[in-house]
Amino acid sequence: MRPVRLTRHPSRFHRAFDLVSLLDIIGPVMVGPSSSHTAGACRLGLLARNLVGGTPERAHVELHGSFARTSEGHGTDKAIAGGLMGFRPDDERIRTALDIAEREGLAYTFEKTTLGEDNDVHPNTVRITVERADRTHVMRGSSLGAGRVVVSEIDGFPVEVHGNHHTIVLVAEDVKGSVARIAGILADDSINIATLRLTRKHRGGDAFMVIEVDDPPGEEVRDHIRALPWVRWTHRLDKVSS
Amino acid sequence: MFTSLASAIAAAQQESKSLSQVALEAEARDQGRPIAEIRDALRRALVVMRGAIEQGLVGDLRSESGLVGGDAAKVHHSKAGPFAGSPFSDVLARALAVQEVNAAMGVIVAAPTAGGAGVLPAVLTGLAAARNIDDERLIDALATAGLIGAVVAERASLSGAEGGCQAETGAAAGMAAGAATEMLGGTPAQVGHAVALAQQGTLGLVCDPLGGLVELPCVFRNATGAAIALAAIEMALAGVEFAIPADEVIDTMGEIGLAMDVRYRETAGGGLAATPTGRRLARERLVHIKRSGV
Repeated sequence: MRPVRLTRHPSRFHRAFDLVSLLDIIGPVMVGPSSSHTAGACRLGLLARNLVGGTPERAHVELHGSFARTSEGHGTDKAIAGGLMGFRPDDERIRTALDIAEREGLAYTFEKTTLGEDNDVHPNTVRITVERADRTHVMRGSSLGAGRVVVSEIDGFPVEVHGNHHTIVLVAEDVKGSVARIAGILADDSINIATLRLTRKHRGGDAFMVIEVDDPPGEEVRDHIRALPWVRWTHRLDKVSS
Repeated sequence: MFTSLASAIAAAQQESKSLSQVALEAEARDQGRPIAEIRDALRRALVVMRGAIEQGLVGDLRSESGLVGGDAAKVHHSKAGPFAGSPFSDVLARALAVQEVNAAMGVIVAAPTAGGAGVLPAVLTGLAAARNIDDERLIDALATAGLIGAVVAERASLSGAEGGCQAETGAAAGMAAGAATEMLGGTPAQVGHAVALAQQGTLGLVCDPLGGLVELPCVFRNATGAAIALAAIEMALAGVEFAIPADEVIDTMGEIGLAMDVRYRETAGGGLAATPTGRRLARERLVHIKRSGV
């Protein structure tokens, strides 16, 4: 892999070190009409679904900016609901996803809102609150164009998940050696780490880890990580790009 | 992937390779995937592209709002125009077809985006049909188109909300022009000129869809975008050289996009969307969408 320089286009929303793939450009295969408002929206729904490990019983979807203004005509609502039920962007069931949701027991509400100042928040941003069993999680993400997405916040923690890899996110107490321990668990399962980012709100406070891996981690990996006494919760966000 | 077309062209020239080869090798290296797997993914994209063209040419589709549909079939069957029955007319019909399928929430390949998805398949499959070009060379052409699109993504933008329609159908026209120029025997340098010639013709193009829907003028702008690509291919293969390099034309597109008023960037606040008729149609059609529950 060779280093990629910063993009010359001063878009705040463009990821600096993302290798643009041919298959991002010639793709995705998707249900129309909009790669940002339909395919990207569906991927954000898929990522939110991962947080509760299946189709949520309830979802509250807050749409910001262009997502709020033009969602009906683009099927943004159908695409997000479809993603929450596990439909991928090329699944023709997206067209009737709102009807299917009622049958599948997904109760959804959509709200048009403002999630911040226009200069701070990408025009196609959504905050999704998902509930399943007794778990509730909140995810904020944006659709960047051409079907590419970024998850920018999970349960109040700033993250950057693009869904181009299988990703493990976890919140842990800020203990020494935590990274080595997690890396060890992944190595034991022959899972190669592509990227690893660690953030924390303050020293000694909860640490948030985002680990992108090359191969899908199995159930036992998640169980091993969950069993660590200092891990508060962990999720696997499956790859959503083609 | 490459961050400039100039560096990709130089690599192709030094190694006596085609741009498609250079693109596939770079993708294989970046993503750690074998070339055969990348070609398979592009082959699947080609199947979906053809499926959308076939579906759209039948002419029985209407968009979610009812604003567009049926025009691909009109062009496909017409004998009236000066180009009726020619590859030019066929490419126009194919571009309309894909975009009508897209507007009806059918399955398409975003290339580079859904709003600009008609240009590339129309130009490539239309010209391949006219010149009996096989699928392996079409897959090569898709790889070259992907390389061009990746350069545009790096240097400018592929989003109408960021850069106007010049970043969607304009970028698609550049991708289609470059890819088809290679497919029809052009040199890597000619591919660069084709990209520059196509994109210079779409500079400043605004994104002004009625009601924010990817329908009108999007469907027709894919057809005119394809026509611009065809013009660029014709000139580039004839040996016409555009004095400003493709990378600088792409940079210009990005710069114009940044300076473009927000009304012209997919917000339905300006352009055709803000005309009296545009506003009236959008109002009526959005009511229609809400009422029909779609």
